[in-house]
Amino acid sequence: MELIAVYLAFILVLSIFLGFELISKVPATLHTPLMSGTNAISGITLVGALAAAGAGEAQEGLATALGVAAVAFATVNVVGGYLVTDRMLGMFRKR
Amino acid sequence: MSDIYINLAYIASAALFVFGLKMLSSPATARRGNLLSSIGMLIAIVATLTAQGIVSYQWIAVGALAGGVIGALAARLVAMTSMPEMVALFNGSGGAASLLVGWAALSAATNPTAFTAAVAFLSILIGGVTASGSIVAWAKLAEVVPSRAVVFPGQRVVNGLILAAIVVGGTLFATQPATDAPLFYALLGLALLLGVMAVIPIGGADMPVVISLLNSYSGLAACAAGFAIDNNILIVAGSLVGAAGIILTNIMCKAMNRSLANVLFSGFGAVQAATKVEGEVKPINVEDASIILEAASSVTFVPGYGMAVAQAQHVVRELGDLLEAHGTEVTYAIHPVAGRMPGHMNVLLAEANVSYDKLVEMEDINPRMPNVDVAVVIGANDVVNPAARDDATSPIHGMPIINVDHARTVFVLKRSMASGFAGVDNPLFFGQNTRMLFGDAKASISGVVAQFKD
Repeated sequence: MELIAVYLAFILVLSIFLGFELISKVPATLHTPLMSGTNAISGITLVGALAAAGAGEAQEGLATALGVAAVAFATVNVVGGYLVTDRMLGMFRKR
Repeated sequence: MSDIYINLAYIASAALFVFGLKMLSSPATARRGNLLSSIGMLIAIVATLTAQGIVSYQWIAVGALAGGVIGALAARLVAMTSMPEMVALFNGSGGAASLLVGWAALSAATNPTAFTAAVAFLSILIGGVTASGSIVAWAKLAEVVPSRAVVFPGQRVVNGLILAAIVVGGTLFATQPATDAPLFYALLGLALLLGVMAVIPIGGADMPVVISLLNSYSGLAACAAGFAIDNNILIVAGSLVGAAGIILTNIMCKAMNRSLANVLFSGFGAVQAATKVEGEVKPINVEDASIILEAASSVTFVPGYGMAVAQAQHVVRELGDLLEAHGTEVTYAIHPVAGRMPGHMNVLLAEANVSYDKLVEMEDINPRMPNVDVAVVIGANDVVNPAARDDATSPIHGMPIINVDHARTVFVLKRSMASGFAGVDNPLFFGQNTRMLFGDAKASISGVVAQFKD
């Protein structure tokens, strides 16, 4: 258990550094699509929500209900975030 | 699929997220990057759906359908001027999802360890603060509530007490995790209250900072949820989002020359202006303005939030095109905090079909400003206020500005002589080379366009 936590912390630290490197290269022009795009990525909680919503009889009803609500919220982010980002980026044209 | 294959799929997802963000470093590749990132998300979702623990799909379908329809409609229908409100709501729904995942993990767990209870609680706390804070931020942006800073005596004491109660209660909860106990509901309520209290003292002009910060929180909440359910892809994606939010917050603070603490706690906007500016204002009419523009060989437009309010971006582009056809060099200079969120003006101008290579950042335009014949300020105020550079007593002193006063001529399009969001007088309006074009920005520019076409 503790070992898993340390291993997850290891991933956390490396990803934060990677995130800083990646995001600092994004030009100011694209900061709004960057935010909506990261909104979409933060919808990754959907992965956690799916497990909670789909466990069936193995857990009590409240956990399933919470999971379903979480699926709905996270899907708003995933679907809405990617679509609106795509719509915006489609407007950035060079003439 | 077994956990091994699911985790292998997560590696592919993580790689696609990273590639997607990397391709966001240029407008030419950004759209494909977003597509790659969405494929990464799809892989993660499909792989998760095959997990052995997931046995019933009908409720998943209900939730996904509801969320998918809302998300798709919102993405399609939102006006580009309302992107800040939309991003605020997306931040909030990300936070809410993390809150619910943390809660579900706790209520499903039989006998969770103190560590699991603590990280699940963190996921609920950060998620809750993000959700309620984002709703307040949305309400301020949509002007459902007044966008000014709400400050009251003893505010910091109240907030300190809420925070202390959360820390004490959270520690207690980690040792005895029971989601059906009053303590849990009290903590849930406190988390939501903290989000509201954190955002109300922040005024409208500081909204770019708040949205960026809440963006970062929504990522961190996903990270905490990842720890609560031992899921590495949540941690990778969450920390990428967290890092993005932190970097944007930092850029916004620097662009206002203020510390994050100052933005969060000071209740700016309530501050009184130090120096009163006196002088003569020189108005100009549409006819004279178009004559001067016709003679100019380089013109820079400096948009602010007022351009979005007046919906003037399309006529601005039309004027820009006419000037270019006339042989004039046209650029659009954009201050990092112009508008209500990072990059807001760029999106509006892109929507109006302005080529992105004409959008120039503050650091790049300022050295060229003395060679600009006409700088046209549209609905911007504080970001072009020379007092920020020259007047040490000004409340916005030290904030980097676009030096439009260094241009040969400055047109300021403005409804009246009211001061900007910071409530500071602007000596630019009284400058020797400044001409004020009073009235609605869209009507004024349309007037100039009409003159040009004659």
